[in-house]
Amino acid sequence: MARIVPLAEAVQIVHDGDTVALEGFTHLIPHAAGHEVIRQERRDLTLVRMTPDVIYDQLIGMGCARKLVFSWGGNPGVGSLHRLRDAVENDWPAPLELEEHSHAGMAAAYAAGASNLPFGLVRGYEGTDLADRTSVAWITSPFDGQQVAAVPAIRPDVGIVHAQQADEAGNVQLWGISGIQKEVVLASRRSIVTVEEVVKRLEPRPNAVFLPAWAVTAVAPAPGGAHPSYAHGYYDRDNAFYVRWDEISRDRDRFQEWMRQNVLEREPAVV
Amino acid sequence: MTKVETATYTADEMMAVAAARRLRNGMVCFVGIGLPSRAANLARATHAPDCVLIYESGTIGAKPEHLPLSIGDGELAETADAVVSVPEIFGYWLQGGRIDVGFLGAAQIDRHANLNSTVIGDYEHPRVRLPGAGGAPEIAAMCRETFVMLRQTPRAFVEKLDFLTTGGKGVTCVVTDVGVLERPDGELTLTELHPDVTVEDAKEATGWDLRVAPDLRLGEPPTSEELNALRALKPANEDTSNS
Repeated sequence: MARIVPLAEAVQIVHDGDTVALEGFTHLIPHAAGHEVIRQERRDLTLVRMTPDVIYDQLIGMGCARKLVFSWGGNPGVGSLHRLRDAVENDWPAPLELEEHSHAGMAAAYAAGASNLPFGLVRGYEGTDLADRTSVAWITSPFDGQQVAAVPAIRPDVGIVHAQQADEAGNVQLWGISGIQKEVVLASRRSIVTVEEVVKRLEPRPNAVFLPAWAVTAVAPAPGGAHPSYAHGYYDRDNAFYVRWDEISRDRDRFQEWMRQNVLEREPAVV
Repeated sequence: MTKVETATYTADEMMAVAAARRLRNGMVCFVGIGLPSRAANLARATHAPDCVLIYESGTIGAKPEHLPLSIGDGELAETADAVVSVPEIFGYWLQGGRIDVGFLGAAQIDRHANLNSTVIGDYEHPRVRLPGAGGAPEIAAMCRETFVMLRQTPRAFVEKLDFLTTGGKGVTCVVTDVGVLERPDGELTLTELHPDVTVEDAKEATGWDLRVAPDLRLGEPPTSEELNALRALKPANEDTSNS
């Protein structure tokens, strides 16, 4: 049953060496939770995310990650992730092991994890160099002999997402682009949902994603916690910040100084 | 079409126009950010108002007035016919065979339209680590046809890819700043030249011995209607709050 706790307490369920997935497909990216992981100096994490962007650039640049499992790593519409590249190309601040997939492969792997299956199935990977570099196997359909690719289920120790609202009992509702959030929470052994606000009663919204309190480990209020990503109905995507991140992150010293001022020396919002 | 006698336009604008002209009204398009998004939205603003735009964030039938910076901008969700989850968009819609045209970019392409968006150099010790596969392998494999948009240089149009991220089998057309390449018998062949570009320019921009179609067409420059519509597509507002 989800407990509603301050962010700093919620993030204590992340342990050194854990496999941790912070998800949010452009929308509702859990930046505040990622910053708290950085402040608590978690180390040797296997970080999982379909689209590692700014928050993973920060986690990697601050030395939290040992391995990255992903399908597309870039600053959307802007360019490279300089901290990710520095880790892969120059081992700075530490070497980073990569396991990469396609989006469809990761989506199937998360869905398999949520469904308690050993693997997900996709048509794909065949004839690519990716197949030799990642965890994939070929399966023949017992019904008609078709060959499909099997990707191992993703079962994170901790799944972290951001949502618009929770009620006082810890039930969560999110809406707009819902990405892979439901799957990551249900695939994970433990989960944290940060929310824009805790309301007395959730107003049911058609087609919203609802996560009952009994399916979530911890709920933490984090207003503005998706910024520079956005929260539909609360605030827009800060596109200018994504553009600015390109220069901030290019240089190691400038990056560290920015992280010191904007993350390390800041407390999470207490609500 | 009215020709623009004096108008100047950029290479990117010519690419967006050339790609947009290849979209027919009502086509269902799987669109990425950047040039593909410009091309598909230009088509929607001109000759193909009923083009269906699908972004991989799960927005089906998005009708943005601004060009999104990311594939999941709020405007895409607000203007979409439906917003579905990521497993659904890749499973039911893309893999389900519902998409007519996919758009892709890449860092490298070879003569069989195979694409590299993973690394430059050796995989273990890359000179440049690129973003990776994203949705590209399945887009190229599952859409009825795939258009690639890419600036033509010898560094991008290579004899041998550093990494094969995406198989080129489904690619029907490559739109570049030089012209258009299609594959009458499998190998990428220059079939159309943009205005003011020569066959020599095209060959010099290619890292292999480029085939040229015997019936090479000369492309039309953008019309004033196309240029006006293209320039009316403003990027999503970048002047929001800072941190």
